Amino acid sequence: MRPVNALITKIVKESPSIRTFFFDASFDSATPGQFVMVWVRGVDEIPMTLSYKNAITVQKVGDATSRLFELGEGDSVGIRGPSGKGFTLPGKGDRILVVAGGVGAAPLAPLAECAEGAGAEVTTILGARNADELVFKNRFSGTGILHITTDDGSEGRKGFVTDALRELDLPAYDRIYTCGPEVMMARVFDILQDAGALERSEFSLHRYFKCGIGVCGACCMDPSGLRVCKDGPVFNGTQLVGSEFGKYKRSASGQRVGI
Amino acid sequence: MVTITGLDLKNPTILAAGIMGTTGASLVHVAKEGAGAVVTKSIGPAPEKGHPNPSMVRLECGFLNAMGLPNPSYKDFIKELEIAKNETSVPVIASIFGGSADEFVRVAEGLSHAKPDAFELNLSCPHAEGYGAMIGSDPHKVQQITSAVCNNVDVPVWVKLTPNVTDIVAIGKAAASGGADAVVAINTVRAMAIDIASGYPILGNRFGGLSGPAIKPIAVKCVYDLYAALDIPVIGVGGISTWQDAVEMMMAGASAVQVGSAVFEGLDVFGSISSGIDSFLTEKGYGGVEDIIGLAHGMV
Ligand SMILES: Cc1cc2nc3c(=O)[nH]c(=O)nc-3n(C[C@H](O)[C@H](O)[C@H](O)COP(=O)(O)OP(=O)(O)OC[C@H]3O[C@@H](n4cnc5c(N)ncnc54)[C@H](O)[C@@H]3O)c2cc1C
Ligand SMILES: Cc1cc2nc3c(=O)[nH]c(=O)nc-3n(C[C@H](O)[C@H](O)[C@H](O)COP(=O)(O)O)c2cc1C
Repeated sequence: MRPVNALITKIVKESPSIRTFFFDASFDSATPGQFVMVWVRGVDEIPMTLSYKNAITVQKVGDATSRLFELGEGDSVGIRGPSGKGFTLPGKGDRILVVAGGVGAAPLAPLAECAEGAGAEVTTILGARNADELVFKNRFSGTGILHITTDDGSEGRKGFVTDALRELDLPAYDRIYTCGPEVMMARVFDILQDAGALERSEFSLHRYFKCGIGVCGACCMDPSGLRVCKDGPVFNGTQLVGSEFGKYKRSASGQRVGI
Repeated sequence: MVTITGLDLKNPTILAAGIMGTTGASLVHVAKEGAGAVVTKSIGPAPEKGHPNPSMVRLECGFLNAMGLPNPSYKDFIKELEIAKNETSVPVIASIFGGSADEFVRVAEGLSHAKPDAFELNLSCPHAEGYGAMIGSDPHKVQQITSAVCNNVDVPVWVKLTPNVTDIVAIGKAAASGGADAVVAINTVRAMAIDIASGYPILGNRFGGLSGPAIKPIAVKCVYDLYAALDIPVIGVGGISTWQDAVEMMMAGASAVQVGSAVFEGLDVFGSISSGIDSFLTEKGYGGVEDIIGLAHGMV
């Protein structure tokens, strides 16, 4: 499909480095965890998760995201998608645990809301560097129990999401979902593996997307050859055992770079 | 079973260059899905990150792409090629590119350590300045590069041709006289798409190459002409997504087919094309694929 023109209708500042861009276009068929390719014309096209049916939540890190931060209401971007495999939605009465780090909250907030709407019992661990960088605190607390961690202790517990995770009764959860920096997810993976909970877990991965439609192979994982843009970005924990996850990824040229 | 330039393929479907071919694991994945052979991403002398995105977009009639030959360089790709070679039983063909005969030879020699079953020379990428079609439309250069590589490797050499020339047969003949063991036709057809909401060309590179259903009739004609003019095998590629497409390409003269864009619909495309060809041959009472290769040439 050609990019759809999406007009920015509202911009919400979530933290000093993170903003939510609402569009006049709504992607109602999208499931939580699916992504869209956002074309910042004249600069680049980059993958972003849908944080609402009609919005993306962006951390400013480089060229395209910086250009996006210069856009205002009334400006537009091109959007293709939604694409990829999202999270498995829990059923009524399921107990789920959501572990979100930084802008990793973007795919997890709609998941938590969707789960709560379906009658699941939701617990969230939300972590960030400091109080200012906590994203979607209210969305998560509106869906159930919320544990907060910050690296500097400016809000909630001082420490990492993994510190809070270790203290929860993991066998009590039917499903565990996580998204955040890969170093964080790798620690979460280790804890879940030790607890025998990998089968019940889902991880939302980031890799360099080139075509974004499952053809070029730039985002393939070792050793399975699964495509993050098509077979993912959400993977079951058992699919990641013995994989490159937590160890290395590939640059735009395909060279391996350490995590 | 099909034999092309001495390589035994369990079926005549081959993964096309640049499609799921950047890592060893990915090539292994496609082989497991049923491809008779796999071709790697085109690999060059130095790491290259490619053009900015969007780099591939699906249009109403096919796909438009300008990846910009992203690749990790032959030095970094050796280990990927080793993985592909060690973990599959199907032939693995290394696609290579360079800006001169010397660069082609350097990349081929470098990758030879990983023992690819053949090389495919990319003399046909339509959107890389100084590479691909820029040299692939000059018969003299095609002959020179082909013979330089042939003199320095001890495996078959396939030459991939661009349709973006006045006379593809002249280029095919140049490849054959340079010593090519087969030609592969076609690479993508120069094309462009514009976003009418903004006026921006959609591709980061502004223009690129068309693939998929729209180019199949172009590929069929190129393969038909090359088959008539050359004594070496022709491998057909361009818009193949079903067994009917493959049979048509073989009747035009293709000894085997490559499949690229159609993996968009699913990796099972290789298995479904090859089993479809088999059923067709049986139903029609043909002894094997050799009975249909070039069949159209006798129908006048
Ligand atoms: C499935 C998926 C969902 C994502 N969702 C979000 C989200 O909701 N919010 C958010 O802030 N970020 C998200 N990201 C990350 C986001 O795509 C990158 O931060 C963005 O591409 C950076 O672009 P840039 O030009 O500003 O940075 P650059 O200066 O180009 O690069 C900075 C880093 O961004 C990454 N990056 C750049 N281009 C790409 C690309 N084409 N594909 C993947 N990664 C790239 C690379 O790791 C690179 O090292 C997601 C990534 C993926 C794969
Ligand atoms: C995303 C993409 C990347 C490609 N990369 C290469 C490449 O690196 N080298 C090459 O020789 N051809 C490359 N091609 C061309 C294909 O191998 C093939 O010739 C062309 O796409 C036509 O076949 P199709 O219609 O089955 O896709 C690429 C095509 C696509 C769509």
